[in-house]
Amino acid sequence: MKFFFIVFFNGLTLAALYFIAACGFTLIFGLMRTVNMAHGALLLLGAYVGYEVVEITGLWTVGIIAGGLTSAIVGAAIQAYILGRYQGDELRQTLITIAISIIMADLMLWAWGGLTYQISLPEMLLGGVRLPILNVGYSSVRLTLMAMAAVTGILLWLLIAKTKLGIIIRAGVDDREMLQALGFETKKIFVIVFAIGGMLTGMAGVITGSALSIAPGTDMQFLLSSLVVVIVGGMGSIGGAALGALLIGMAEQYGLAYAPTYGVVFTFVIMIAVLAIRPQGLLGRSEK
Amino acid sequence: MMDSQLLKIEKLNVFHGSSHTLQDIDVSMGNKPKAILGRNGMGKTTLCSALVGLTKMASGHVFLERHDISLFPPEQRAKAGIGYVPQGRRMFRSLSVLEHLKLVERKNTNWPIDRIFSIFPRLAERKSNMGDRLSGGEQQMLAISRALMLDPKLMIMDEPTEGLAPTIVDDVTELLLSLQAEGIGLLLVEQNISVALEAAEDILIMVNGRIINEVKADTLKDNPEMQQEYLGITFSD
Repeated sequence: MKFFFIVFFNGLTLAALYFIAACGFTLIFGLMRTVNMAHGALLLLGAYVGYEVVEITGLWTVGIIAGGLTSAIVGAAIQAYILGRYQGDELRQTLITIAISIIMADLMLWAWGGLTYQISLPEMLLGGVRLPILNVGYSSVRLTLMAMAAVTGILLWLLIAKTKLGIIIRAGVDDREMLQALGFETKKIFVIVFAIGGMLTGMAGVITGSALSIAPGTDMQFLLSSLVVVIVGGMGSIGGAALGALLIGMAEQYGLAYAPTYGVVFTFVIMIAVLAIRPQGLLGRSEK
Repeated sequence: MMDSQLLKIEKLNVFHGSSHTLQDIDVSMGNKPKAILGRNGMGKTTLCSALVGLTKMASGHVFLERHDISLFPPEQRAKAGIGYVPQGRRMFRSLSVLEHLKLVERKNTNWPIDRIFSIFPRLAERKSNMGDRLSGGEQQMLAISRALMLDPKLMIMDEPTEGLAPTIVDDVTELLLSLQAEGIGLLLVEQNISVALEAAEDILIMVNGRIINEVKADTLKDNPEMQQEYLGITFSD
């Protein structure tokens, strides 16, 4: 029984990480229908920059801000100078982002090599706590991760649901042309959304690099997890990303614990089942 | 302001692939409302969409108060003073009624939200409803409000009475007439000939992508043969 709960908490931690990583991806897709395949590369870039900054300054918070800002700027530049020209041509945009992700991966390999890095955490997060009732030790980092996922989700939800920018973003999701005809410069809005999505992704990279570690390949790993999470949860929905992350995180951890040989299969069984029964994702909206 | 030129369209051409959807459209109008009548598929909606900038013009010019806006993208045309009420209303389905209005709310507008709510108390009652959870008439009120809040000089309305109950059609017609009193020009595309005849004095007849005639509403009203010829329908009181 204790084992079951430990796996449960591990699943929760992984879900938190997957959720934070998928937020930027689902935000960008939600508004622009752009499947940003450079998502993983932006995450890894943020993580590397975060690592460097933490090494120099010794301050984790400065690192996470730097990682977020870097990916925000790179993301905004990708949209403003490259993807913006092909707005509405989703297939071409997707192919372009694949190209960008490969180029970025090679450049990062050149700059940081093939080593594995881990971002050092602030001291207050290093210890652990003993969970009541179950009486198992649990590291503070993991609890912090869950708190961060919750904060990210709530802030993003507030942005989308309660601010003027959120209203504009939702209107753009519904009917981009009508939004233009009401005097909104959608190009500028797209760049802003890409910057916000990039920032979330870069910060997710720093968090990943602190909770786990980063190396070449981390980009593809998190691109894949984010894709699966938003396909299961529903593209463009924050609640969907949370639900998807929870399902996938749990499936991976329980799979690993109880049926290690078939661990990976569970994730894809969930994805196939969702695609077969509810192709728009669990909380996604169907197209008109 | 009496007879100033509000909108001028010069030799406007639009193609959809190889089909010549709009052919050498010439229209000139002042502050008096004009209506475009024509059967389905004659290019009326394409004309509206080309005027607001959502459909690419192959050639020709559009002037708003003598400024050439032909090269403006849609958002600049909206800022220049073109309000658009599209066919099918095109509500944002993830925005509530209030959010629709907040989206376009600006400082110093002639149409603050309070005023909109006093004209359309129905919208105030439904302010937390989602855009697609409204009746056709309510959607139309919201679509018109959304365009009005931008303080347009010219409203382009594409079939505002489509699919509405007869009593609501009368309400909308009355609203169209009140626009003129506010100094807002109206270019109205209609299938409903009685609405067009009531709301506008000048009627443009559109057939196969061309404006083939411009007549006074009264002339058309009293001329069933002309109605039959151009529109395939007759209207009598």
